Amino acid sequence: MITTEILIIGAGPAGLMAAIHAAEAGAKVLLVERADRLGGQLIKQTHKFFGSKAEFAGERGMDIAEKLINLSSDISGITIWKNAVVLGIYPDGVVTISHEGAFCTVSPKKIIIATGASEKTMAFPNNDLPGIYGAGAVQTLMNVHGVIPAKRILMIGAGNIGVIVAYQLLQAGVEVAGIVEAAPQVGGYRVHAAKLQRHGVPIYTSHSIQSAHGDSCLEGVTICRLDEQWQPIEGSEQYIAVDGLCLAVGLSPLTELLWQANCEMKFAAELGGYVPLRDANMKTTHENIYVAGDVSGVEEASAAMVEGKLAGLYVASVLGHKKDSFTKEFQTAKSQLSALRSGPASVKICTGLSKVVLEEVG
Amino acid sequence: MRIVNHPILTFPKQDMVTFTLNGQTIEGIAGEPIAAALHAADVKVLRHSHGRHRPRGLFCAIGNCSSCLMTVDKIPNVRVCIEPLRAGMVVETQEGKGKIV
Amino acid sequence: MPSQERFAKGPIALFECMQQIPCNPCADACPRGAITVKEINDCPSLNEELCNGCGVCMTHCPGLSIFVVDYTYGKDAALVKIPYEFSPLPEAKSVVDALNRQGQCIGTAQVIRVQTSPNKTNIIWLSVPRELAMEVRSIHVMKGETS
Ligand SMILES: Cc1cc2nc3c(=O)[nH]c(=O)nc-3n(C[C@H](O)[C@H](O)[C@H](O)COP(=O)(O)OP(=O)(O)OC[C@H]3O[C@@H](n4cnc5c(N)ncnc54)[C@H](O)[C@@H]3O)c2cc1C
Ligand code: SF4
Ligand code: SF4
Ligand code: FES
Repeated sequence: MITTEILIIGAGPAGLMAAIHAAEAGAKVLLVERADRLGGQLIKQTHKFFGSKAEFAGERGMDIAEKLINLSSDISGITIWKNAVVLGIYPDGVVTISHEGAFCTVSPKKIIIATGASEKTMAFPNNDLPGIYGAGAVQTLMNVHGVIPAKRILMIGAGNIGVIVAYQLLQAGVEVAGIVEAAPQVGGYRVHAAKLQRHGVPIYTSHSIQSAHGDSCLEGVTICRLDEQWQPIEGSEQYIAVDGLCLAVGLSPLTELLWQANCEMKFAAELGGYVPLRDANMKTTHENIYVAGDVSGVEEASAAMVEGKLAGLYVASVLGHKKDSFTKEFQTAKSQLSALRSGPASVKICTGLSKVVLEEVG
Repeated sequence: MRIVNHPILTFPKQDMVTFTLNGQTIEGIAGEPIAAALHAADVKVLRHSHGRHRPRGLFCAIGNCSSCLMTVDKIPNVRVCIEPLRAGMVVETQEGKGKIV
Repeated sequence: MPSQERFAKGPIALFECMQQIPCNPCADACPRGAITVKEINDCPSLNEELCNGCGVCMTHCPGLSIFVVDYTYGKDAALVKIPYEFSPLPEAKSVVDALNRQGQCIGTAQVIRVQTSPNKTNIIWLSVPRELAMEVRSIHVMKGETS
């Protein structure tokens, strides 16, 4: 059995920041990532990020990933395992991992879970036809592997992910037939939507998908208009010929490990689904388990990074690794987080958080 | 199709290897997921479902959903979205649960 | 929107960033300190006297929502600088379709200069008829005009 002070599960922006700050404080960290590369969602993001300088705003997501990966590999206290899937967390605190295909067990003093979120899907006739993809799959294919998924694509969902991936499709040379959004207005940032609109991409608000068509692969989609009660309006059907359909209908936190470990969970639609109850230091109702990033509520990489930093600093301090600058750094990170969440774009997030962040847990 | 010109990303030319799909020779980049090589060759149907023999393709591309199961080197149920391509692989469209030999 | 008098003095940045989102890299980027984003969720505000229309902020803006307009460029023509992240880039001196905010072609523009940037948000300088300076926000590069 392998022992470590802190086991961090997931090497997206949250996990990487947690590892960097915990190890800088002097803790021994094992960072495990199921994919064959580090960076989580960031490696697929070719666009520049919002936020402020402290969260690398104005830089492209993939470049932020590179920075964090370089920082984490420069610190000697971090051991990194790629191709390492965490399978289970047991009541005695033992964690089982499949690392490069081999089964192993790890016994950490504390665990930070930063597994991110997974994509939601959507029910409609023929939604299993080849040519229908999750937005993340489209991004992985084109931005990581350089392969175009289709020639002409319709996007479902005009949240930030939908509008951003649609723009990335245009950049890769794919024709975007339009974006379909059930709500009466675009949910993503207007500046992102404007980038698409000035290239002539139509955004069909108050519309939904009725059915996909095709024999062996997708050939077209029927969309229809929705009334104020979000019901299809008869006679408004419209056929759009496309060989690709991309679903960007939301993310839900990847919480299996938290359920397994018996952390108390609560449903918060604003945060994407069930999320763990935790205190302001990111501690769950389980004495030794902390969370950071999208797994604790789907938000943004900027917030995920700050949460990772908070969790990393705090867990290290609990284990006796406390830098002189701890109090200052910790407070700065907390005010950074509240600044990010202070605007109207974060009202929903804050409503969700008010349901699950407790003064004291356990 | 592969991206040649991209405003942000660069995809350096890499050595191609060959593999077969249902006996037909296809080229791909060693180490990329088998599914990426197949998509580059415009192959989207990866298997037919067990019950109603419906065609299935790639959906999540990160090994989560099991939509992309194929038979690779006679082993059924390989998630080709995360299985790296090697020269000479024998890839087959999977019918139902696949045959275990 | 800057006044007629300010436009008459030369190039100036225009911010089409009207929604409160957590973002401020434009303020950090301006070498003249002309942009203020007080709280991170505030919209940027510009000191019109300090701005000289250099366009540095444009390359840093993740929303690609900053444009520069110069009405002093010519008698009948105005200069519009747009951020551009597509491939291929247009060729300097070529004539391209000029698109408005809805992506409709509303005329043509001449490419004056293609200013490439290390972060790959390139800036295209366009000469457009004066009356279109507030409309033209993108271009469509036609075949045979690429570099
Ligand atoms: C298209 C798109 C555009 C976006 N644009 C922006 C933007 O402009 N600005 C912004 O701030 N944010 C943006 N985001 C959001 C941002 O990417 C996420 O909020 C952020 O990546 C969350 O970080 P994370 O570390 O919590 O999770 P992730 O980045 O998802 O990382 C989680 C990691 O955990 C690993 N993992 C999961 N389960 C296990 C397991 N059992 N064992 C081992 N490893 C595991 C995963 O493989 C993954 O690498 C965007 C997201 C998308 C999809
Ligand atoms: S155009 Fe130049 S001077 Fe004006 S706000 Fe932008 S960076 Fe500052
Ligand atoms: S950088 Fe761009 S999107 Fe961000 S606040 Fe400034 S103008 Fe708006
Ligand atoms: S496409 Fe989902 S597991 Fe391969």
